[in-house]
Amino acid sequence: MTERITKSMAKNIYYGGGAFALLIFFALTFDTVNQIPHRSNQQDMTASVVAGKKIWEDNNCVGCHTIIGEGAYYAPELMNVFQRRGGSDEVAFKDYMQGWMAAQPLDTPHRRKMPQFNLTQEQVDFLSDFLIWTSKVNANEWPPTIEG
Amino acid sequence: MKYTSQMVAKPYFIFALVLLAGEILFGLLMAIQYIYGDFLFPLIPFNVLRMVHTNLLIVLLLFGFMGATYYLIPEETESELWSPKLAIFTFWVFAAAGVATILGYLFVPYAELTELTFNNILPTMGREFLEQPLPTKLGIVLVVVLYILNVLMTVIKGRKTVITTVLLTGLFGLAVFFLFAFYVPDNLIMDKFLWWFTVHLWVEATWELILGALLAFVLIKVTGVDREHIDKWLYLIIAMTMVSGILGTGHHFFYMGAPEYWLWIGSIASAVEPLPFYLMILFAFTMARERKIQHDNEIALTWAKGTAVMGFLGAGVWGFIHTLAPVNMFTHGTQLTAAHGHLAFYGAYIMIVFTVISYAMPILRGRPHGNSKAAQKVELSAFWMMNIGMLGLTLALSAAGIVQILDQRVGTELIGFMESQESISGIYMLRAGFGVLVFAGLLTYFYSFFVKQDA
Repeated sequence: MTERITKSMAKNIYYGGGAFALLIFFALTFDTVNQIPHRSNQQDMTASVVAGKKIWEDNNCVGCHTIIGEGAYYAPELMNVFQRRGGSDEVAFKDYMQGWMAAQPLDTPHRRKMPQFNLTQEQVDFLSDFLIWTSKVNANEWPPTIEG
Repeated sequence: MKYTSQMVAKPYFIFALVLLAGEILFGLLMAIQYIYGDFLFPLIPFNVLRMVHTNLLIVLLLFGFMGATYYLIPEETESELWSPKLAIFTFWVFAAAGVATILGYLFVPYAELTELTFNNILPTMGREFLEQPLPTKLGIVLVVVLYILNVLMTVIKGRKTVITTVLLTGLFGLAVFFLFAFYVPDNLIMDKFLWWFTVHLWVEATWELILGALLAFVLIKVTGVDREHIDKWLYLIIAMTMVSGILGTGHHFFYMGAPEYWLWIGSIASAVEPLPFYLMILFAFTMARERKIQHDNEIALTWAKGTAVMGFLGAGVWGFIHTLAPVNMFTHGTQLTAAHGHLAFYGAYIMIVFTVISYAMPILRGRPHGNSKAAQKVELSAFWMMNIGMLGLTLALSAAGIVQILDQRVGTELIGFMESQESISGIYMLRAGFGVLVFAGLLTYFYSFFVKQDA
């Protein structure tokens, strides 16, 4: 197969194919960037949600958990923790989160441990708002089940 | 060694190997914590171990690429490096920044680290693989810019080859796409979308150019095959890389909030992604068969062939396993991703660094014909120990991923994440065992440096 391809042909495929792929990629990127606000309900992204995201980052939560399938795989997926642990009820979920965050680390031998982050009640509410907002993103029907 | 400035590669190689030992060590600690959650807790929580593990990988590969480049560029351009002093300077800056960052991770709680390092002024931290504090990120930019400048100036004044052009293109891409690390949108979805521009376009596009150039260089040297012939192969490989890898970014956009068309584009483009790696196998083995010289450094060629094969398995096969959208619906965010990540990084990138070191290090140590047969024999055992170890731990992680999917995502009697993980702990023990084998392989590799030379 490779005998029939010359060096200059291979070079042209590289430059031509690469440029073509980049062009399509940039065009689609442009469209995706325009669609994301709608698909993620950006209008509901309150100051509290943004503050929650900052807390999520400042404590490197993604170092153990996944969120929408990305992150570490040491601890549960959190995109749908609102449905799983809060039954899609905002008040119930926020209560649950306050209790959960305060109880860490759990005293079960050998169980993987979540550190105590010493967040204020307000900060935990921010985090809850962030997770509630995340749970409503249109991620093409993912995750497949409530267990994440 | 034809050019004295090639010598600057040596500290880069040595430091890359030291960091690799650190990376594997932290990997082992994580493997234990996976099974016994109390291990090292609360002294070093899992997220810290993981940060050290993955950041060491990234930094060691950059050190490896830089060392390889500094070795290769004078020979390719047929001129001394533009500024060896600058290369030594950037080595110390990068090494200091790297060590300080790791110590920061280990001894300062992450939230406190964000405050200490001006993250409130320009938030960039707390995202997977890009956890580095702002000063470290700026340090990386400084080092990479000076590195590219050094290479570019050398190429400008010297001979230009396909290898230097491809390498420089890869380096420019690496620098440009790292800039996305400095932009963190408030919208998590936008954040994730642009984050991949650094992460994917590094490992599945620009780094593959670097990989191709390094592999081509070593193959020219150890097989003596005509450069024209090698160039054609290199172009073919990177052509397939560009065509598949760039739009292949779409396989990360299936289920994270991006539009539906990525399901098709990502699936189709990334179905082609194994092809450049398959070509790499053909490339390495064809060149080895058609070799014009019988280089005494046989182990370097073994590493080159190994890179092609393991890269194909890790990046190609293990990538393909979960890259089609309907499959990825179930595999997204499971241990299968970790399995792929481990074998791909090892097979494609760690092994190309081994390949270059195996070829260049003996020359830098005044042994133009490679290490002694006895040393090469030890190195060959290390080669197999590490390969078998990595394959074993990849298979274990794959099995873990499959159990995880069956537990949490398929059927009606589902169990939760923590319960599922407990059911997998036997497999995780197996994984840790193979990890120990990899580490033993690395120690054996280190030992091969100290095997006495033949009289």
